[in-house]
Amino acid sequence: MLYREAGQFKSSYAEDQGIFPLRQDRIAFWVLMAVAFVVVPLIGDQYWLSAILTPFLIFALAALGLNILTGYAGQLSLGTAAFMAVGAFMAYNFVLRMPWLGIIPSFILAGLCAAAVGIVFGLPSLRIKGFYLAVATLAAQFFVLWALQRFGWFTNYSSSGVITAQEIVILGYAFKTPAQKYLLTLAIVALMALAAKNLMRSETGRAFMAVRDMDVAASVIGIPMMKTKLLAFAISSFYCGVAGALHAYAYLGTVEPEAYSLDLSFRILFMIIIGGVGSIMGSFLGAGFITLFPIFLNLASGWVSHALGVEISHATVSNLELIIFGGLIIFFLIVEPHGFARLWQIAKEKLRLWPFPH
Amino acid sequence: MKRIIAAGTVALATAFAGTAAAQNEQFIPANFYWVGPYAPGGSGFGGGMIDYFAMLNERDGGINGVKLTWEKCETEYRNDRGVECYERSKKKGPTGATVIHPLSTGITYSLIDKSIADKIPLISMGYGRADSSDGRVFPYVFPLITNYWSQNTAKIKFIGMKEGGMDKLKGKKIVNIYHDSAYGKETIPVLDVQAKKYGFQITHIAVPHPGNEQQSQWLQVRQIRPDWVILRGWGVMNPTALKAAAKVGFPRTKIVGVWWSGAEEDVIPAGDAAKGYIAAGFNLPGTNFPVMQDILKHVYKKGKGDMEDSSRIGSIYHTRGVVAGIVTAEAIRTAQNRFGKGKPITGEQMRWGIENLNIDDKRLKQLGAVGLMNALKVSCMDHEGGGAVKFIQWDGRKWNVISDWIASDQSIVRPMIEASAAQYAKEKGITPRDCSREK
Repeated sequence: MLYREAGQFKSSYAEDQGIFPLRQDRIAFWVLMAVAFVVVPLIGDQYWLSAILTPFLIFALAALGLNILTGYAGQLSLGTAAFMAVGAFMAYNFVLRMPWLGIIPSFILAGLCAAAVGIVFGLPSLRIKGFYLAVATLAAQFFVLWALQRFGWFTNYSSSGVITAQEIVILGYAFKTPAQKYLLTLAIVALMALAAKNLMRSETGRAFMAVRDMDVAASVIGIPMMKTKLLAFAISSFYCGVAGALHAYAYLGTVEPEAYSLDLSFRILFMIIIGGVGSIMGSFLGAGFITLFPIFLNLASGWVSHALGVEISHATVSNLELIIFGGLIIFFLIVEPHGFARLWQIAKEKLRLWPFPH
Repeated sequence: MKRIIAAGTVALATAFAGTAAAQNEQFIPANFYWVGPYAPGGSGFGGGMIDYFAMLNERDGGINGVKLTWEKCETEYRNDRGVECYERSKKKGPTGATVIHPLSTGITYSLIDKSIADKIPLISMGYGRADSSDGRVFPYVFPLITNYWSQNTAKIKFIGMKEGGMDKLKGKKIVNIYHDSAYGKETIPVLDVQAKKYGFQITHIAVPHPGNEQQSQWLQVRQIRPDWVILRGWGVMNPTALKAAAKVGFPRTKIVGVWWSGAEEDVIPAGDAAKGYIAAGFNLPGTNFPVMQDILKHVYKKGKGDMEDSSRIGSIYHTRGVVAGIVTAEAIRTAQNRFGKGKPITGEQMRWGIENLNIDDKRLKQLGAVGLMNALKVSCMDHEGGGAVKFIQWDGRKWNVISDWIASDQSIVRPMIEASAAQYAKEKGITPRDCSREK
């Protein structure tokens, strides 16, 4: 009743091509932005800001990067964590060696370095596809970590191979508190998500999707294979690189290369599978599920044992969490193989007909 | 539906009522790990610490009447979960978290900056950053008892003793097999310095995480034919290494492990292959110490102990947790003596308490921990405080002590710590404290 386009007329091309064709969607979006930018930093405590929301945003950005490559351009990759590592370590080196550069340009340069590495490891995609490509990108995962651990230059010759992120200072303003770091992360993620959304609606995005759906047909209609595939790798790695830099600077502070292990690559892949392959929104939903749900389960087990007044062995609870989490992943994949993003879409369609479905 | 909601509300209400804390309590987070490849270490250490606190509560009614409380949080040995647990636990209890034992070198790294901002000290007992022993640069980090570098010099001393003198090390070949992580790499520079000083040849061989595949590494060892192998493993890497050594025929009596490679859980899975293997330790196993007897009497007899598997009581990880409990409780006592007895202390006061901690032999006797651990004296300059290591050998059934406390070589370690800490201070723009002004 409330959620429908009746009476909303579009009188220009710009209006017709808006991201949110419905006024209700636009209002909801701006309310969400206002909440995220204003209300959350005001009411959120340190725990929520620095341990829940900031990592959620960072992993959402990394998932978004992978979604551009896997979801839109159809190139399966297992090197996401490696590209994040490149971003984190190169950002550290740019800030360390060229302090006059500033943080944001360092992050951009770090992202570009990740993009360059992404292009190199994307080259096999010109010849191989699918699972074989995934194995080829696995090489990125091992090679990058190996290089970061073996060459002291990357860690400024730290004996244990860890980097400690410098303070974030932009135009003389230091980002120190969790709220400030959250706002910086949110701003970067929001901008990059908007850019990704528009990119996927542009000619480039359509080329990506054409390659994904059938690359032979795409090349027949004149889409250059090499340029499109490598561009997908570059853009995706850029996003992952910036996410990695944020992961080191706005979240953990001190990072060892092992933080970017294959395990993390898999987790980001699960994020897009659960959230929705080929959907910007899905990246956020998937990241939310994978990063926040285990924490919720952990807290919930505490409440349950308090409420029931029984002392459940902690080891059992910890193992139970993993079992429930795994079970839910399987459940969601069976119920909705296209992920949360598809569920969201179905909900919106139903809402349009409500309360008089035909 | 309504009934479910009502039941849920009641459940939530009781849950929150249950968490409302009494005021005369001292909260210490138990952020350890009970799942994953490193679970034996996390559950044993955590269990020991909690058992000691429970014993103090039962026997003495806490510390000067202040009850110790704790809450478990699962870190899975992962940095991000460790940070989440830290953030979750830091505001609990009447004075917030008193002190954090991250029990992971990686998590320790991630918490260093946060702990300074929140004024919560970190105790990285026998792990973490070696250079944080320099308290001038790292006011809130305490790698107590022995850091990795000190421990390593003691190990080389032990090897020297076995060879019949430090001068006999000349020309000897030593292989350092390490877990390829920040933890594993930590001792490479100090070994290089010692190799130069004593004239032995050192080869570093990395084993990728988690370490259940070591065939090629041990073939390499066989080619090198070293006199000694230093095993710097963790978790599943240790039994795998011992089995692989048996396969290539390298004598296990010539393998010396770090203390994170020297627990029952590290050797029992290797079976006979582990016989004769030597490991370092800053705590000894067993239940004969009076403090362990008190834990059995006041905690386990009442059915309250934290270890589910009672055969692990008195194992290396468990007694290490007890040592962590003793150090924590004594630091709280020290801080209370200055800031007010019988009152909960803040993290900042706890920092002072750890920095002025002095557990001498007399105190160890009162605590009933003679032989369980060595004496410990911390200062602003020296956040390590101890520095002696014993060596134990596995005979197939239990660990036997085969050496006295061997002191570390601070003439090698201290200059390296100061240089490394100074570099960190420069990178981060920290002005080191002046220790003569600390009161």
